[in-house]
Amino acid sequence: MTKQRKAVSLISGGLDSMLATKVIMDQGIHVEGINFYTGFCVEGHTHAIRAKDKTKEKRNNALWVAEELGIKLHIIDVIEEYKDVVLNPKHGYGQHMNPCLDCKIFMVNKAVAWGWMEENDFDFIITGEVIGQRPMSQRKATMPIIARESGAEDRLLRPLCAKNLAPTLPEREGWVDRDQLFNFHGRSRKPQIALAESLGIEEYSQPAGGCCFLTDKYYAGKLEDLWQSRGERTYELDDIMLLKVGRHLRPAPHYKLIISREEGENHYLTGYQQAYTIIRPVSHEGPVTIVDGTPSDADLLFAARIAARYSQGKDTDNVTMSITPPGKESLDVTIPPLTPKEVPESWYV
Amino acid sequence: MSEHAVDARRLLCPMPVIRTQDKINTLADGDLLTVTCTDPGVKSDIPAWCRIHGHKVIDTLTEGREIIITIRVQKKPTNAP
Repeated sequence: MTKQRKAVSLISGGLDSMLATKVIMDQGIHVEGINFYTGFCVEGHTHAIRAKDKTKEKRNNALWVAEELGIKLHIIDVIEEYKDVVLNPKHGYGQHMNPCLDCKIFMVNKAVAWGWMEENDFDFIITGEVIGQRPMSQRKATMPIIARESGAEDRLLRPLCAKNLAPTLPEREGWVDRDQLFNFHGRSRKPQIALAESLGIEEYSQPAGGCCFLTDKYYAGKLEDLWQSRGERTYELDDIMLLKVGRHLRPAPHYKLIISREEGENHYLTGYQQAYTIIRPVSHEGPVTIVDGTPSDADLLFAARIAARYSQGKDTDNVTMSITPPGKESLDVTIPPLTPKEVPESWYV
Repeated sequence: MSEHAVDARRLLCPMPVIRTQDKINTLADGDLLTVTCTDPGVKSDIPAWCRIHGHKVIDTLTEGREIIITIRVQKKPTNAP
């Protein structure tokens, strides 16, 4: 009896990995998905935080893809291990803080090194990579680097561009038919869209900004500001989550304000009251603000004046604000809000 | 059959799903797991994960800002390889 061959597919939730998986499933291969959570994934977060997005259906696209394809999906928390990829990328950064090539090597390696794959007798790995699709990580020259440095070697199959690459083990052994794979290349999405149509896939996710916050210049700027203010390049999950929320203003190097933009962010920031000083308007409606860093008492009073600038009382002479350091009693202060001219552009991170 | 709980409050998706998945991997067929969350995204994500892996969501409650999902673990043998 012929052995049932099995593949692990890196599922991002986008179209390419969905197509690559479907193409291999259609060749009779048993496929299960794997999705790595780095902390920088765009998937889900901001939708969950911001109330203005509440009308949108909230779903994790990787889970949705897995369900559409009828495969299992294993979601793996790699937040701690991923720090080394972000902080020390061997192959450097892309346009912003995105270590795309190191990221892909890391993820394929994690799939290979994941004991589960060997324990459950999986034979090879598939990805939705396409030569030329991404300027840093998906080039002809980087494909063998990913295969080699991840340790996957010729067990790494890219079904969408396999015909542009040397045959891999699954192709040479006849586990998959190379003739039924593809030769996609370049940045055009037309071949993928045509293939989706031919496979009967009508709905899919194509996030315009990619799947990672590190490719976003504003987010990358906030991360660099965080490291500069702390004097060291480190982060915890809460740090990188807070970079996705609110307006960030740094009036002095040793402290920063994160000011909510709407109700959903108010609730989210309030969840941090055990760790940060929280400032809220009392006499007027307005946003929750948290203060990060090492502010003095005078700094907190000044921070309250900044925060008052974003309250409903911004045009009044005085606004009463409550200042609540973590684990301490609230202090109510009545202060004049800063005027727009007193909030320079340079404070905005 | 035993009952278990996971506190996933303040975590944003997919962390509540990961906590659910990791806990269920340690449980036996028929066990009950209650997951308490605050991210509304879990209302679609945890049931989706359960459907994919063959577990059954038997109750979803919303109490204030908390969402409490109860899952019956189903680990019966399947025909999958």
